[in-house]
Amino acid sequence: MGNKVLMKGNEAVAEAAIRSGCRLYFAYPITPQSELIEYMAKMMPKVNGTFLQAESEVAAINMVYGAAGMGKRVMTSSSSPGISLKAEGLSYLAGARLPAVIVNVQRGGPGLGDIQPAQGDYFQATKGGGHGDYRLIVLAPSSVQEFADMASDAFDLTDKYRVPVMILSDGLLGQMMEPVEFKEYKTDAEIEELGKQHFDWCMHPNVDGPGRHHHEINSLEIDPVMLEKHVLNLEKIYKEIEAKEVKLEEYNINPDNEYVCVAFGTAARIVKSAIDDLNAEGHNIGLIRPITVWPYPYKEIERAIHDKINRVFVFELNLGQMLEDVKLAVNGKVPVEFMGKVGGIVFTPEEVKEKIKAYL
Amino acid sequence: MKYEMIFSGFGGQGALAIGKFIAQSAMTEGKNVSWLPSYGPEMRGGTANVSVVVSDTEIASPVVSTPTVMVALNQPSLDKFGPDVKPQGLIIVNEDLCPKVVKRSNIDYVVVPFNTLAKEIGSDKVLNMIAIGIIIEKTNIIKYDTLADELTAFLKDRNPELLKLNLEAIQKGMELAK
Repeated sequence: MGNKVLMKGNEAVAEAAIRSGCRLYFAYPITPQSELIEYMAKMMPKVNGTFLQAESEVAAINMVYGAAGMGKRVMTSSSSPGISLKAEGLSYLAGARLPAVIVNVQRGGPGLGDIQPAQGDYFQATKGGGHGDYRLIVLAPSSVQEFADMASDAFDLTDKYRVPVMILSDGLLGQMMEPVEFKEYKTDAEIEELGKQHFDWCMHPNVDGPGRHHHEINSLEIDPVMLEKHVLNLEKIYKEIEAKEVKLEEYNINPDNEYVCVAFGTAARIVKSAIDDLNAEGHNIGLIRPITVWPYPYKEIERAIHDKINRVFVFELNLGQMLEDVKLAVNGKVPVEFMGKVGGIVFTPEEVKEKIKAYL
Repeated sequence: MKYEMIFSGFGGQGALAIGKFIAQSAMTEGKNVSWLPSYGPEMRGGTANVSVVVSDTEIASPVVSTPTVMVALNQPSLDKFGPDVKPQGLIIVNEDLCPKVVKRSNIDYVVVPFNTLAKEIGSDKVLNMIAIGIIIEKTNIIKYDTLADELTAFLKDRNPELLKLNLEAIQKGMELAK
């Protein structure tokens, strides 16, 4: 427990991003992610980085577009309504294959909604949000430690594939304090080295000469044949990500499970409490917690549905969005039950237990 | 060992800070902790509250619906969370601001006038520390020494006078709970 500090999720992810070599951050304030932007405002000047509060979310995401075009590690963050405003920019980043990290500290919606924790942006994050055929890699943390760890994972992934990465968190994880342990700061030399991996495509200072090539970054391709080629290339990258980058937690998953629950993020924490209690009463219930919600662990869920499984339960803080992916994975083998809470209300372990008990 | 707690009061009374100091000290002692504040809009005169879990094992849900320890620094807090406290649980009540204390059976109550005691010690600011003292004496969630060290590191240079009053308030709480 040596170097643990007690920190809010919003602050922890910001600190971890800086340690991962992020020196450029553009955003516009919104509750419940305000501590993130405040932390960046305080810390970026201390590490010679740039913090800029843009005039709007739209401006912020386009600043991210510009900075990413220089091959630098860049981040923005917001909460649900603000992410909707950034959606156009997300599509442009994906189209131009720019690496960037976007944090969504979800709150209740639709519209302005409220400021309490929710998971109603699952569809937006994993199925689109912006226009066109594109994907974001979407990581869903379930604790403050994981929220922080995902900052460096997100930068590594976005640098590797040049696909924007979203960390899909929520108000509870943003506001909650838990002990967190950080990795070391990347040195200036390491950060410079990271930038070099993008040398072949990114913008360089405006000098032509040996080793300094003219690059263009654009998502406009007016020739349909060329655009087709570009989108098919994106598809190839997305297929590779689906094959290699799926991550999940299997909690009490075993060959004798009678029931399997599926939940992500905050909801999964509550479900763990509920199934701990039920298993102590002699049941055998497992939990699959997708850590990447795109790419989604379809195969892993399919594999967990063996002959002894009677039923699958899905718990989300929305009206049933990930539910559709679970149903794809289960493919009609067993019934899939759903319980959701909306409006920023979080279900209690007791409510989850009741839902499961009705079928035991 | 797992303790689920709710600390609640008017904004400014230091309910959230009770949770922060307990979580911080428990973490220093090597335990798992979570600190989850209410951050929504609250009506004037309502409750600012925080859910804290301290456990030897990994903490699943940080949401506390049935606490084992509850501190009510005002009447709305007692009315809101008092009925949810688990049997054999501990309820600590600020007598000065809770005129109506309906005692449930099977619950350990400590009812003391926090505002009056804090004034006697010399600062309204240390009101919440009395509650922490009671928790230290009544439970084994954290040790006095751990918290005293945390406070000393935090306040020694910044405000030695406030540090002295804080420690005095914690000891007062421990004494009252005996």
